[in-house]
This record gives sequence, structure tokens and C-alpha cells, in this order.
Amino acid sequence: MKEETVQQILSRYAHRRSALLPLLHLCQEEAGYVTPEAIGQLGERLGLSPTQVAEVATFYDMFRLKPGGRREIWVCHNLSCSLLGAEEVVRRLEERLGVKAGETTPDGAFTLRRFECLAACEIAPVIQVGPDYYGPVRPEDIDALLERLRNG
Amino acid sequence: MRDASTISLTIDSRPTMVPQGTTLLDAARSLRIAIPTLCQVPSLPAQPGCRVCLVQVAQDGAVHLRTACSTPVTEGMEVLTEAEEAVNARTFVLEMLLADHPVDCLPEERGGRCELHALAKRHHLFSGSRFARQRAPFPIDDSHPLIRMDLNRCILCRRCVRACGEIQGHHVLGIAERGDRSVVIADDGKPLGESTCVSCGECVAYCPTGALAEKGPAWNEEVGAHQAITTICPYCGCGCQLDLHVKDGQVVTVGSNFDGPANRGSLCAKGRFGFQFIHSPDRLTMPLILEGSGFREATWEEALDLVAAGLREIAARHGADAIGVAASAKATNEENYLLQKLARAVLGTNNVDHCARLCHAPTGTALLSAFGSPAGTNSFADLEEAEALLVVGSNTTEQHPIAALPMKRLVARGVPLIVIDPRRIELARLATVHLAIRPGTDLAVLNGMAHVILEEGLWDRTFVQDRTEGFEAMQETARRYPPEVAASIAGIDPELLRRAARLYATRRPASIYYTMGVTQHTSGHQTVLALANLALLTGNLGKPGAGINPLRGQNNVQGACDMGALPDALPGYQSLDDPNVRERFESVWGRPVPKRPGLALTQILGRERQGAIRGLYLVGENALLAEPDMTETEAVLRSLDLLVVQDLFLTETARLAHVVLPAASFAEKDGTFTNTERRVQRIRKAVEPPGQAMADWQIVCALSRRLGTPMMYGHPGEIMAEIARLVPIYGGISYDRLESVSLQWPCPHRDHPGTPVLYANRFPRGRGRFHPVEWLPPDEVPDSDFPFVLTTGRTLFQYHTGTMSRRSDGLHLLEPEPYIEVNPIDADRLGAREGQKVAVVTRRGQIVAKTRVEAGTPPGVIFTTFHFSEAPANRLTNPALDPVALIPEFKVCAARLEPLNG
Ligand code: SF4
Ligand code: SF4
Ligand code: FES
Ligand code: FES
Repeated sequence: MKEETVQQILSRYAHRRSALLPLLHLCQEEAGYVTPEAIGQLGERLGLSPTQVAEVATFYDMFRLKPGGRREIWVCHNLSCSLLGAEEVVRRLEERLGVKAGETTPDGAFTLRRFECLAACEIAPVIQVGPDYYGPVRPEDIDALLERLRNG
Repeated sequence: MRDASTISLTIDSRPTMVPQGTTLLDAARSLRIAIPTLCQVPSLPAQPGCRVCLVQVAQDGAVHLRTACSTPVTEGMEVLTEAEEAVNARTFVLEMLLADHPVDCLPEERGGRCELHALAKRHHLFSGSRFARQRAPFPIDDSHPLIRMDLNRCILCRRCVRACGEIQGHHVLGIAERGDRSVVIADDGKPLGESTCVSCGECVAYCPTGALAEKGPAWNEEVGAHQAITTICPYCGCGCQLDLHVKDGQVVTVGSNFDGPANRGSLCAKGRFGFQFIHSPDRLTMPLILEGSGFREATWEEALDLVAAGLREIAARHGADAIGVAASAKATNEENYLLQKLARAVLGTNNVDHCARLCHAPTGTALLSAFGSPAGTNSFADLEEAEALLVVGSNTTEQHPIAALPMKRLVARGVPLIVIDPRRIELARLATVHLAIRPGTDLAVLNGMAHVILEEGLWDRTFVQDRTEGFEAMQETARRYPPEVAASIAGIDPELLRRAARLYATRRPASIYYTMGVTQHTSGHQTVLALANLALLTGNLGKPGAGINPLRGQNNVQGACDMGALPDALPGYQSLDDPNVRERFESVWGRPVPKRPGLALTQILGRERQGAIRGLYLVGENALLAEPDMTETEAVLRSLDLLVVQDLFLTETARLAHVVLPAASFAEKDGTFTNTERRVQRIRKAVEPPGQAMADWQIVCALSRRLGTPMMYGHPGEIMAEIARLVPIYGGISYDRLESVSLQWPCPHRDHPGTPVLYANRFPRGRGRFHPVEWLPPDEVPDSDFPFVLTTGRTLFQYHTGTMSRRSDGLHLLEPEPYIEVNPIDADRLGAREGQKVAVVTRRGQIVAKTRVEAGTPPGVIFTTFHFSEAPANRLTNPALDPVALIPEFKVCAARLEPLNG
């Protein structure tokens, strides 16, 4: 972690421990996932035990605690998206990537994950990759999407 | 009469009145109505999660279901705990919880302590749950040597998480994930045995379902299969109350006792898991007599006759003062009282002392001269009211883990903590200011703090004027310790010293806690006086949350001192010189009381006076390993005409004895211990002693008969009655009162409630006395041959010379072998790797143990413990004594480190 960035994040909060979420994001950005070492180090810095850091990191689905693909494809399977065909989208993705949801492609390019409501029901069914939303997605859009992600 | 803060309501149609703020649950409990609970932890604010405590509440025409654990009472409530709707709701909740719990826990014949099982039964749920849960079973986590974690039983009530975090302050357990994936984790999901768990067992005490339980069969046994006997932990001066669970005459497990006034159910690893020594096959079961080069078993008759004859002969030839009696801080008050009575009234000598000489002798001498009473001033409970806390020379979280709990709660509340200690111990990591001083420089730093407080006008003028004397002389001396000077002696930053002084002096009340880092020095007495100076200067005496509090090392150090197991004071610190006092004792004892003060333990066992003592009766003390300079101690012990050792085990010291007497353990006798808060508490017999072993008090009585002055008591309660007659501070203490309460002395008469906080209005000596105290370097300082400072102490999992803790499998597994702590820089320089054997050499000898590379130990300092006979730290230590308190300098000597191959 760049000390400067850490300091800057810390300076935004009255209590050290409040900086936990942004610092977890920072760790994830740098290493691709929240490493066990990062959990220990964040704890030391913020006056939290490793457990307290792990509780937060595992509570939020956005944090990864294991190494995964270079990009994560999140497919919402909550109510609105399911009603509008999320399952077919998942199936098509699994087929094209050759892995089941929750797994990473052998070339390390993608991890496919099912997700709860991504708060974009108005464009259901929804896929999120990093900060970008795609929707409504139909199974036949998948190839073009993957193409874009591979090149982008 | 009722005032506005009282609420009236009805529960199950019974009217009641309770204070405002009471929960429905507590209001019902006061009527003995039991509302079921699962997630509730009595000592913590409710976090209603389980919903098992639902009751029906009618108020202002509306009817609701409410969680009793978290709902405060309001005026006019009508509560029905067994209303049909409430019972149905609870049953439904229970059924859902049971989906997470194995069905094999349900049949009538199993279950043991499982609270869920008991509640299911109460709600007629015999066939398990309709909501079968689809999940792969969790593998059982057996990685911890003492605790089994079986998450298949876990119902996610969070009690373990709160116990580990909010009560013990460890924060090892937590809940990972969320929703139906939620799961209890240790650290970031490590096996418990590899996590940062410190094995206090608090989670085990709180888990309602056995998901976290001690290993062994005890958990699953029938309710009622064990008899629980409430007694006091034998492992340190905190005085934790606990329950010994007994089955078929054996202690099978230790349970929390939530009524314990000092510990409220909390225990540390030693208290909870350190009981196996009671039934160790190594226990002595018969008296032993030395014959030729070995021991042979003997009858009590023969052994005691031999002891009595030997003592008589020594007295006849060399006089009574050639006999010494070493009492024991591990024994009860009654036993210590009898031992000093044996010395004084039967043998006719004041040569009686005990191992407080090695830990808190300076506390006694210094607090007596500053205040007129030699004890800690406050209680653990009132520490919660402190606004600042100063901890000096105490690794509290390891040595007195339960005293550390209120400290950690203070820190969590944001109260500043100042730690003065050479090592970066756990408390230092939590501290607002940590002064990492050179060993042996505490006094200079404390004087420096007094300087800052005086210079910046932070002292309490009114208190100093009204309640103290000797201010000018102290001020004079403190002037010579400006922060720069003090800090350079101690090797710290003067700014930090200033900050420490300001924090301590400006936040009131502020409390001081200290232990052997202060006392075990040639300047121990003076350093305690310096602490007393600070408390007097800031008016931090006589009120809750303030004071000066030594933490006592052994379970009954306080009591052994109170009982007069000291060469220069009669029981209750009454003067040997005062004719009125002597007369009172003589009239009750029917024998003259010798006037000349006796020898201290360190004098009895030191080389200087070798030969003065010819016969020594040593009770419950492994002196060979505990005294400084083992080679010298051994020579003195071997030169005695008669050495009688009374102990649980054939200790290293007992092997040198002429006669060994088998004693009963704390679990095998009745009596009282007095903890570090001056709290007198009952210990109770739970099991029979092994073989022919007897309680110390019985042995002393039997011996006194043979010495011609019989002491006869049928029960320790009778001894306490005699103590109450003779010792004013124990005047109101009796076994019938102690059945229901503990009492903190002074407790002068039967109606007196005891004294949690000392000196509210006056000091026993009138005014509190300041003392001018000068810093002197330790007796032995590093030089080119011995460039390191060696300092010694204890670890969390072992106790004293290891006679008890090393015979308790659980503790042994947690800390099985000796080690030498070395700073990474020094380790690097000397080429000592983690785990590599090193020799520590001092002018007195050498020991060999494995290296533990530890960044918390400062460069130039090495640390080891004195628990392990295979690497006895006291082969190394310096026997130089504090001139007043006669305590040896265990905390500093000069040493050299030599890495070995392998
Ligand atoms: S034994 Fe103590 S430290 Fe270990 S997990 Fe349980 S409560 Fe926490
Ligand atoms: S392990 Fe026990 S105490 Fe902890 S959440 Fe599960 S059932 Fe509750
Ligand atoms: S349900 Fe998919 S975005 Fe809300
Ligand atoms: S005991 Fe009240 S909600 Fe759990």
C-alpha cells in the first residue's frame, strides 16, 4: 500500500477504524484480492484484531479473499433479474467460459460470480464488471460482451 | 414510598415495582419467573438476536410480542410470559434454531449442559425441526489442545464472540460472511489452535450448545452428574471464584461462577484448564524420610516424631532462634496464622517468613511508611471509574489476566493508559504512552513525572495541604529530576515522559497498578515510595477509580502477610514492640511472644547468615528454584541439620529434605484466601486428598502436639474465629458471613460491610507521608564481559516454579518448554536463530534454552521465566537485597549470550 494514499484515507476519519472499508478496497485493487497478510496489517494499523477485519471483509460480497481472475463478472440473480432471465444469462456465460459460477477460467482471465441485487433493477437482468453495468443483457449479447472485455 | 424512578407493572398477573431502566427479563427474574434466553449475556447490554425471549406485553390497549432481554419496563405494563401467542412464537423460533443443531442432541438421554436442548424440551419439541437444513457438515476443529470447536452445533447466538471480545478483550472469535452462510471464525478463518486464541476458555463458558466446549467427556454428561463446588482459583492473587465439577471423587472440569466478585465468571487459561495437577500421579501420598541416599515411606507418627525430636534438639543446643519456619502464600489464611503461631508460641522464635519476601516485600514496607497500612487501596470493580491508568512494571495481561480485563475495557472506552515497562508487552501496545525504559530505572522516571507535575502546577494543593506531610523534602528531591535528566537515565524521550505525567495528573481519578517490575530491585522499597508520592501529590487516594494497587503474585500473598507470616510483625501488621498487643496475643495463646524480630526468608537462605539457622520447616515453597542464585540456595539448604519440606509434590527442594510431609491441595480443604483487593473469600473442600496427605493446618496441629504445646481446632472456621479476636482488620470476618458474601478488610466488626476503597477520610498513620527518594543504579549493570541486562518473569500459561502448572496437561501443552527472549537485532548480531539453543551466562551460573526472537524485548535486554527446572532462571539471578525490604533483585542482572549449535 502506498503510504501516502493510506495517510490520505486515514485523514478523512475521526476514528482510525472507520477507514477500514476504503483501505480494504485499496488492498484489493493492489493485490487483486484481500490477502491474509493485508488482513493482519490492516488490523495492526487500525487497532483491530484480524478477526474484526475478516468479519468486515467477508460480510461484503465486493471483497475477494482468494485470488481470482483478472476481471470478475457479476451476474445478478435476485428477484427482478431472475424474472427477466438471469438464469439463461448465467447458463450462457458458464457455457462460453467453460467454468461454473464461482470459478475462474483456466487462463486466469475471468471469475464468474452470482450476485444478489446490484441495485439496477430498472435495467434487469444486470451484469456488473468492475465499475461498469451492462443491461438489460440477453444471452445472445454475451459473446460480444466477452469480446469487449477481453480487449478492453 | 415510591419515587418517579420506580416503575410498577404486572408480570403473569403479579404486581411488582422495579427501578426505571430495568429490563423485562430482570424484572421477571426478581419475581423468580424464568423467561427463556439464548443470546443474552448477563453482564453485557442486550443485543437481541435470537428472539427466544419473546413475551406478550399489553399496554394502553395494544398487545405486542417483545424481546424481554432488551425491552425496558414502562409504567402499567401487563406482561404475560406464557401467553399462548408468545409460547407459539418462541416454539417457532426454537424450531428454526434446531435446524442448525444436530438431532442427536435432542433425545432425552443426551444433552448435558446444552441450553437449546433444555429449551426444546421445555417447549415440547422432541422430534427435531421441520426445517431441515441443507448444508455440508463442518469438519470438527480439533486443532486446539484444550477446546473443541464443532460448528455443527452452533446456532450463531454470538455469545462466544461477545465473551471473547467484549468481556475478555481478545477479539479472536467473530462471525464471517452473512445470511445463511454466517459462520464463527477465529482470526481470519484459521483453525482455533493456530489462531491468536489465548485459551482463556471464556467462549466455552458462554457457548450454550457445546459448539465450543472443553475437550473430554464432561460436556455430554447428564445434567446433575457433577457436583459443583464453589471455591477460589489457586493460581494468582486476582482471587477468581470458580466451580470445581466433581464426579466420582475426581475434579473433571472447571466451570465459571458468575457470582465471583473479583472475576464475574471470567477465568484465564490457568484457572480454567490448570486443575489436573490435583489428581497427578506425582502427588505425595505418604510422609517420606531420608535414609541413606534415598527416601523411604513412613507413617505420620514416625515422621512427625522425627521432626519434633529434631526441632527440640536444635532448640536445646542452639536456641529457638536457630529454627526457621517458611509459611506459604499458596496456603490458606488459617494455615499461615497457625504456622506463625507455631513459630512464635510453640517454638519461641520470630523466624517466620514466606515468599512475599520475593515479590511484594517492598509493597509492605513502603505503603506502611507512606500510609500506615501495607495493602492495595482499591478494587477491580471501581477501576471502571478511572479517567487515567498508570501501569508500572506489570505484564498484567499475562500475569494477572483477570485484573487486565477492566483495564482493557477502560482503553476501549478511550481512557488514556500509560505503561512503564522495558518490554513492548500487550498492554504497551494498547497504551496511549509507553515508556520503554531501561530495566531498573523506574524510580528516576517516577521522580521525573513528579518534577513535571510540580513544575507545571498540576498537583492537588488542597489534598497535599489537608492530608499529607513531608511535601517540602520530596519536592526538593524531585527538583533534581527534570524530564531531560530522568529520560536520559531511562533511555527514553523526555517529551513522552512529560506527556505521561500530564495525563496522569490532569485526568482524575487516576489509578496506579504495579507489580514485580517495581518491587524486585535493590531499590524496590524506594520505587514503591515514589509511586505513593505520585498518588499523594495528585490526591488520587481515598476514592473509587484512584489509588495505588499492587497486584499480588500468588493466590494468598495478601493473606499470608495479613496473618503475620512475617519476621517483624504480628498478625494484622501489629507491632512486636507494643506491650498491649503482645499481652493480647499472649493471653489468647497462653505462651510468651518473642520480642526480637526474626530473619527474613532471603536471610535464612542467603550465604551471609549461613549457619544461623540449623533447622527449617518449609511449607509449600519450592525455594530452590524460587530464590535468587540457586547455587547459593542449594549450599545453604544442604548445610541444614534438619530440613522439613511440606508440599504436594517431591519438588526440587523437597529432594534435599530430611523429612517430606504430604500436603492437601486447595481442592482438598476448607479455608480462606485473601486476594489482592483485600477480599477474604472461602475455599471449599471438593475432593479427598490422595493417600494419607493432610491439610497444612492439620499437619501443623499434629506437630504442635508433639512439641508439647498442642493447638487444637476441629475446623478452619474455628481458627478464623481466633483470628477475628486478635486481628482488628479481620474482626468482623467469620465463616457464616463468608457463606454468602466476600469481605474486604478492614472489617472491624460483625456488622461492618468491609472496605472496598481505603483512606476515604484519613490514613491509618494520620497524614499520608511523602518520602524523598533518590534513584540508584541496579546492583549489577552490564559491562564488556556481561553486556546484556537479564530480566525474569512469568508467562501466561505457567505458574511459579511449575510444580502445579507443569503437572496440568492442558497448560503444559500450551507452553511446554523454557525459552530465552532476544530482540531481533541482537539475535542477528549473535547469529541466534528462532528455536536455536543459547546459553545465558551470568557471574553465578548458566542455563540453556531455545531462542525466541521477540521484537517486544528491547535491544540489550534478554528475558526468561523461572518456571522450568531444566533451565532455572534463578541459577543466574543476583541475590543482592533491597536494604529495607530484603527483596532480591530478580529483575536486573548482567548476562552474556552464547548461541550453541543445534
Ligand atoms: S479461549 Fe478465550 S481467547 Fe480463545 S477463542 Fe475462546 S474466548 Fe477467545
Ligand atoms: S459457537 Fe456457541 S456461543 Fe458461539 S455462536 Fe455458536 S452457539 Fe453461540
Ligand atoms: S434484482 Fe438484479 S439488480 Fe436488483
Ligand atoms: S435472549 Fe432476548 S433476543 Fe436472544
